[in-house]
Amino acid sequence: MPIEIPTLNFIALAPPLIVIGTALLVLLFDLAVTDKRVLGYLGLVGVVIAAGVSIAMGPRPATTFQAMAISDGYALFFNLVFLATAGLSILIAIDYLERHDLQRGEYYALLLFSASGMMLMAAATDLIVVFLGLEIMSVALYILAGFNWRQLASAEAAMKYFILGAFASAFFLYGAALTYGATGTTNLNQIGLWLSGGNSDPMALVGLGLLLAGFAFKVAAVPFQWWTPDVYQGAPTSVTAFMSVGAKGAGFAALIRVLRSGFGDSAYSADWALAAAVLAVLTMTFGNLAALPQKDVKRMLGYSSIAHAGYILVGVAAASESGVRGVLFYLLAYAFMNVGAFAVASALERRGEFSTTQRDYAGLSQREPLLAVAMTVFMLSLTGMPPLVGFWGKLFVFRAAVEAGMSWLAIVGVINSAVSAFYYLGVVVQMYMRAPAEYSPRLVGEESDAKKPAAVNLEVAIGTAVLLAMLLTVVLGLWPGPVASLVTMMPLG
Amino acid sequence: MTAVPTSWFLLLSAILFVIGAGGVLLRRNVLIMLMSVEMMMNAVNLTFIALSRHLSSLTGQIFVFMVMAVAAVEVAVGLAILIELNRLRATTDVDDVSSLKG
Repeated sequence: MPIEIPTLNFIALAPPLIVIGTALLVLLFDLAVTDKRVLGYLGLVGVVIAAGVSIAMGPRPATTFQAMAISDGYALFFNLVFLATAGLSILIAIDYLERHDLQRGEYYALLLFSASGMMLMAAATDLIVVFLGLEIMSVALYILAGFNWRQLASAEAAMKYFILGAFASAFFLYGAALTYGATGTTNLNQIGLWLSGGNSDPMALVGLGLLLAGFAFKVAAVPFQWWTPDVYQGAPTSVTAFMSVGAKGAGFAALIRVLRSGFGDSAYSADWALAAAVLAVLTMTFGNLAALPQKDVKRMLGYSSIAHAGYILVGVAAASESGVRGVLFYLLAYAFMNVGAFAVASALERRGEFSTTQRDYAGLSQREPLLAVAMTVFMLSLTGMPPLVGFWGKLFVFRAAVEAGMSWLAIVGVINSAVSAFYYLGVVVQMYMRAPAEYSPRLVGEESDAKKPAAVNLEVAIGTAVLLAMLLTVVLGLWPGPVASLVTMMPLG
Repeated sequence: MTAVPTSWFLLLSAILFVIGAGGVLLRRNVLIMLMSVEMMMNAVNLTFIALSRHLSSLTGQIFVFMVMAVAAVEVAVGLAILIELNRLRATTDVDDVSSLKG
């Protein structure tokens, strides 16, 4: 039998390949360049080129590598979400790493590798590729979480993330194995074909459950959320900004494709919709209630990110085209507002300290009025106040739930948004209604400058990240039309 | 001589997977937790190979190669993280590493 030459359409995977190529260039230049900030800007150039190529490719579906991956509108839209997140995170990291004396070239390479894994997950149409994308993303993130290697908290975050991440990967794999056993294939479209033919097998149902558990871990849904606050708090803030949006978005990208292409038209479609609805209720309620008493802003944002996973799960539970569109819009909105919030938090961190408490925000409106305005915008948008972009994200996912006959789910979501206002607005109250002098020392040897407020040194790159995120949060909030119509042109291929 | 039925392999790998999961959840030594995760991965590999033979399809075996490669990568990174942690605090017990709470 002659061996056929396989058709390898590399163009279809151009955006992740460009990102990988940039990461390799960063590693190469790392040997020669002494000012590592240059590497950050090099990474940024790669990210911008990859985003440009994604836009230029347009939403024409093209499969590649024997239908193991596809470049459809859905994947390209997710590319934009991940590249926006990566770009803003690189801008934050350039100054953040410099200030904390962590500047290393590997950082940017790892961040780009991780982003390429996320893009691969969104493009994957085969469980093997989903798994590989998941691991490319996760392994780089484990290292990044421990990048602040002199601090115990960072090493602890890396260890917890690693053990629980590998644990979840095993669940995902077992789910993939059982699905393969039932359907005889790992290709999502063929799994969908087999299941839509009226076939059913208890092994496929168990497999679906295990796949759901694996993804629930990656997107930090209850009851797989234990790692989230610790990892978000312990990791360097620039990494937290990246993974809070990137890992969550990639998890949802692959989850939705597996559920819709694989299990969408099957005897189990009502089962997974109900499971997603239950997860959504538990996740948003737990995230919001746990965020209420938090004093450390990074930890509070960690719990809030659990709540946001819950809101996005509402769109998944709707199990409809409009639900998918809502999730797409929500994740783009979340990329800007959440990375923006972390950008402000990292701008306020003083040298040698790796977190900010509520007190560090006291009187910020007098010290740094622009930063206070930006943080207010992000907090209001995360709450879901109109006319900011977070409002539209919530509106689209909740509307999809109502259309799918799950009004109760939308009501739970709205109540949860009201609860979340308490802790988001708590930060705003600190910034505008407390005097800066309320800052008190946290360390014993710090009495000498006890009355001195936290020094804000807003560098160029972080400032640019804050400004860009704020502009996009406001502009897309006032003018959501283009993105909302773009999302409708981006169906699953 | 009768062939071993596929269901026996599936049962064995399910038992191995549960033992591994139990190890991660119950043991407090990071090294043993790491080994338990490896055990879960290898239980899945056994499932894949048994199903691959049962279905006469090569996909399962290819998946196993991918899993083995990824498992090696994970061990490399995991041990690096462990060494880093051990430098900062000489322990492999997860209960001794709990600065993050709340």
